[in-house]
Amino acid sequence: MVGRSKAYRVFRVAALVVVVLVLLAPLVWMVLASFKTTVDIYDASKAIFFSPTVENYTKVLQQANYAQYIVNSFWVAFVSTGVSLLLGVPAAYAMSRFSMNRSSLVVLMARVIPGISLLVPWYYVFSNLHMVGGYTVLILSHMFVALPLIVYIMMGYFDSLPIELEESAQVDGLTPIGAFRRITLPLSTPGMATAAILAFIFSWNNFMFALVLSSAQTKTLPVAIFNFVGYAAIDWGGLMAAATVVTLPIMVIALFTQKYIVSGMTAGATKG
Amino acid sequence: MAADTALRTAPLTSPTTPGWARWANRHRKWLFAGPAMAFVGVLIVFPLGWTVFLSLTDAEGSVRADKSFIGLDNYLEVLRDTDRFWPAVLRTVEFTGVALLFEVVLGMAVALLLWRPFRGEKWVRVAILLPLVATPVAVGMMWRLILDPNIGFANQMLGWVGIPPQPWLSGEKTALMTTAFMDIWQWTPMVILILLAGLTSLPDEPHEAALVDGATAWQRFRYVTLPLLMPTVIVAILLRGIDAIKTFDILYATKGKGGGSFHEVETLNVYAYGLSFDYNEYGIASAVLILFFLIIVGSMWVLTRRSKEA
Repeated sequence: MVGRSKAYRVFRVAALVVVVLVLLAPLVWMVLASFKTTVDIYDASKAIFFSPTVENYTKVLQQANYAQYIVNSFWVAFVSTGVSLLLGVPAAYAMSRFSMNRSSLVVLMARVIPGISLLVPWYYVFSNLHMVGGYTVLILSHMFVALPLIVYIMMGYFDSLPIELEESAQVDGLTPIGAFRRITLPLSTPGMATAAILAFIFSWNNFMFALVLSSAQTKTLPVAIFNFVGYAAIDWGGLMAAATVVTLPIMVIALFTQKYIVSGMTAGATKG
Repeated sequence: MAADTALRTAPLTSPTTPGWARWANRHRKWLFAGPAMAFVGVLIVFPLGWTVFLSLTDAEGSVRADKSFIGLDNYLEVLRDTDRFWPAVLRTVEFTGVALLFEVVLGMAVALLLWRPFRGEKWVRVAILLPLVATPVAVGMMWRLILDPNIGFANQMLGWVGIPPQPWLSGEKTALMTTAFMDIWQWTPMVILILLAGLTSLPDEPHEAALVDGATAWQRFRYVTLPLLMPTVIVAILLRGIDAIKTFDILYATKGKGGGSFHEVETLNVYAYGLSFDYNEYGIASAVLILFFLIIVGSMWVLTRRSKEA
């Protein structure tokens, strides 16, 4: 850009520093507090300089059964993402190649429907089947988030892949399904990575479905954190340790897969 | 459509392909789309139908209890309820409106700041990404600590500049806007990312032309950038609006059942949840949910209509 004054450049740097601080400081605060004793949390003079302790973490991980909740969260997110990919990728392909507008609209409606309006009937049906509290119901409910997301992202991705590649593969003797499997699918790895990472994150972060459909054994991390706050005085150190335990893995994944997350979040935003 | 014909005219299979594979290739459209459609049908369309059915019954208490058909009584009861329902509608509109307004304005400002490449861009992008992926319940707990009226750092900082401590989440009047602030903190980054993607895909020529014509920075934004970016802005408003209106996690995590003791943050979603799972009033809850769904679809329809006219 031409004609940018020095004053603008200084302003821009200052403004961006403020933006970064506002976005990061609360997260840093949460992590710091997770290493403080209750006394230090209440003491404003110990805001940044304090003697760190891992007591909160040992308490959360040993007493509160968090190891189990970590496994639950991971398992539910992993399986619901995997199954949604298996169902969603071929469906997105068919919808993209055969211009199945009405079918895709039905799937995408799922983004609009309030989750609770499904939760009530699910609860009705699944508790009559004695399935509430099991992993299957949790995984199915998380697929409600993952599947439409995957179809949405993959449809956009398939739309952008030139059809000529498949056509020439078929001229060379591959069947249509063969061309999908050997040409289109390998070319779609970045799209699938984007869809899978986002689906995993949304499942990991999901709170409402597990709040209703999980039991003490199948509870996921967000529900465990919520239950941490009882009626008595809040154990802030333990609570922040628990919050850090659920947030940190997802942030580390996000740091390594930045490019994919950004393309997934902005999917469909810049098309016509 | 061109793609459609092109695929069909190509040779589908060779003579050596086994029969089942030939069948699979011929029916690949539904073979591929079928399982996902079946999932959607069983777990989304059917339950939605059931919600409509429940909204016409007096279902409450146990899920195995008998229920009888009572027509539109639930809807009448809900629509006449000025105690919980209408205040919840108002709060939903307030929360969504404030959150969306700030997210779009701030998102646009930051996207414009980030538009042209600069050193250290990578770090800003990381900072933008982290709130976005953080678990909403954890985010709620994090703000509960920071905004705690007694021990929170927020009031500490206000004290430094001589502003009296604020009640934040514990205040009957301040709670809803505090949760809106939390939503703005977490989701402005998404608007930034969407608008930034839109900005980088804009053609350079109109800006250069405006520059040659001597347009000021504001004029270039108002008459060149903004009109060109409008479709992306609408998409951002739609995507964010749909999620904001359905916000549940941070509200329930920070204020608990019923949106707090005075229902300070009880939006439609929190109200419907409470009716369903804290009070087991399934019939009324279903009526609220159907009305809520109509409100969402209605506002989306209005928004897309207006954007097409513009």
